[in-house]
Amino acid sequence: MKFLNLIRAGLPALLAVAFTAAPALAQTAAPTINKGDTTWMMTATVLVLVMTVPGLSLFYGGLVRQKNMLSMLTQVFYTVCAVFVLWVLYGYSLVFTGGSDFIGGFSKAFLGGIAPDTAGGTFTVGVAIPELVFVMFQMTFAGITAALILGSVAERTKFSAIALFIPLWITFIYFPIAHMVWYWAGPDAVDAAAKALAAATDPAAKAKAQEALDAVMADGGYLFKAGAIDFAGGTVVHINSGIAGLVGCLIVGKRLGYGRDVMAPHSLTMTMIGACLLWFGWFGFNAGSNLEATGSAVVAFVNTFVATAACALSWMFVEWIVKGKPSMLGIVSGAVAGLVAVTPASGFAGPMGSLVLGLVAGVICFFFCTTVKNTFKYDDALDVFGVHCIGGITGAIATGILVDPALGGTGVFDYVANKVGDYDFVTQVVAQLKGVGVTILWSGIGSAIIWKFVDLVVGLRPAPDREREGLDISDHGERAYNA
Amino acid sequence: MKIVTAIIKPFKLEEVRDALTGIGVHGLTVTEVRGYGRQKGHTEIYRGAEYAVNFLPKLKIEVAVDSSEVTKVINAITSAAKTGQIGDGKIFVVSLEHAVRIRTGETDADAL
Repeated sequence: MKFLNLIRAGLPALLAVAFTAAPALAQTAAPTINKGDTTWMMTATVLVLVMTVPGLSLFYGGLVRQKNMLSMLTQVFYTVCAVFVLWVLYGYSLVFTGGSDFIGGFSKAFLGGIAPDTAGGTFTVGVAIPELVFVMFQMTFAGITAALILGSVAERTKFSAIALFIPLWITFIYFPIAHMVWYWAGPDAVDAAAKALAAATDPAAKAKAQEALDAVMADGGYLFKAGAIDFAGGTVVHINSGIAGLVGCLIVGKRLGYGRDVMAPHSLTMTMIGACLLWFGWFGFNAGSNLEATGSAVVAFVNTFVATAACALSWMFVEWIVKGKPSMLGIVSGAVAGLVAVTPASGFAGPMGSLVLGLVAGVICFFFCTTVKNTFKYDDALDVFGVHCIGGITGAIATGILVDPALGGTGVFDYVANKVGDYDFVTQVVAQLKGVGVTILWSGIGSAIIWKFVDLVVGLRPAPDREREGLDISDHGERAYNA
Repeated sequence: MKIVTAIIKPFKLEEVRDALTGIGVHGLTVTEVRGYGRQKGHTEIYRGAEYAVNFLPKLKIEVAVDSSEVTKVINAITSAAKTGQIGDGKIFVVSLEHAVRIRTGETDADAL
């Protein structure tokens, strides 16, 4: 365990491995911190913050009734702040240190041992960014994931319930899933161990080197090792929050007057502004997930344009055909669904693959937000399930298909062989389905338990008259608009 | 004295005001209201949620006039607010017992 952590720490560990396994490998370059990459990652990090506050809060806020506007804004703001604090206390350590397949350890709790010049791995051997910027970048992901859930239970959940739910959820659901999907020993460790194996000459050294490589390969999250690929968080962020939202709206129950009262959005103008800020910030989310400002980041950047536009058009035209009118809410909902769907695929698919993904996701998500929701009559107020869970599942499975180099994808890089690995449709799609399934089960069941627990401790719903009065007044003692 | 209350289409307000000014009526009160008569509402769709909106936005104007002016006022409003389509609105006339101008204390006809 200690040995593996050393590898993550960069230079000294790398040299240690190189020297002990095979002295000939002393020339393996130590990872150097690149100023350009560092700059890009700081920028990408604040772009993801913009997605959440103000982006997501305005997107959601515009969709609720006027009397619940501040409740929505406050809940989102609270969520990111609470998650950020927990992240630096123990979240980063639980996600990004080794330990078990399902959760990391506490060796980096309180950001212990991470100095300003501590190198953090990227996806390229020998290239590093300061680990601290990686800590912050990943922190913003945890923040937005938790905030996404709030839309499904909007307009009828007490603030005290949200205040308790979020820390529990981020700890018991998000941290394990992020660890399972994203934690691995890093390219430098794998590369060094693989080179040591190649350089080993006598059988004893070979066996020892093989053992070292196996140990490095075993140091990863459960789904990472299962081969599930998720570039920027289709499973970790979107399926995870989407299913937590669905069980949340089922347990919290429908808004008073659901299906009888008019619950029209109070400001689609703000929803439009929020959606645009989401799109804007999403370039940090997707292209930033490359961790380096390289051509691969640009691929994610392109896909974040293409899939989004295609999905927005697809939703709009389907709505036009089915409902008779192309709506503003429809085209921006389609854009968000496209962003969700392309998230796991953004660094793996080619632009034409993303285009097709966007077109397909628009139809699927529209169907879930209209027909399916109305058939089963669950009050997922702001369509967190229909857009994020369903869009996320569509994207996760499509990633397994579109990564195929024959379809313009990048393939999956094999750091042991030091080349792009062979693509096999069945293997990859099965791995993707495993990622989807594990996330749905873990988050679905775990979130249900947490919602129930919160209900027992502080209660989920306000008294009916307080809910009718609006959460702005009953929870926060203020009104959004006093003009 | 009479109160003439008219429910009109919102975009007709300026024409109605001009017509009333033209016959010497100086001063009226406008309120934004919602309601329906023969004109039915419309459907609004927000993703999967469809709402039948039955109450349509209208303007309610109220004019206090001397009883002898009522016919002229009704004619002015009718000709200015009419489009010939359903939803043009209605005019109601009720008696007014007493009126006071707050600034001067003048009453009834002098206060109008």
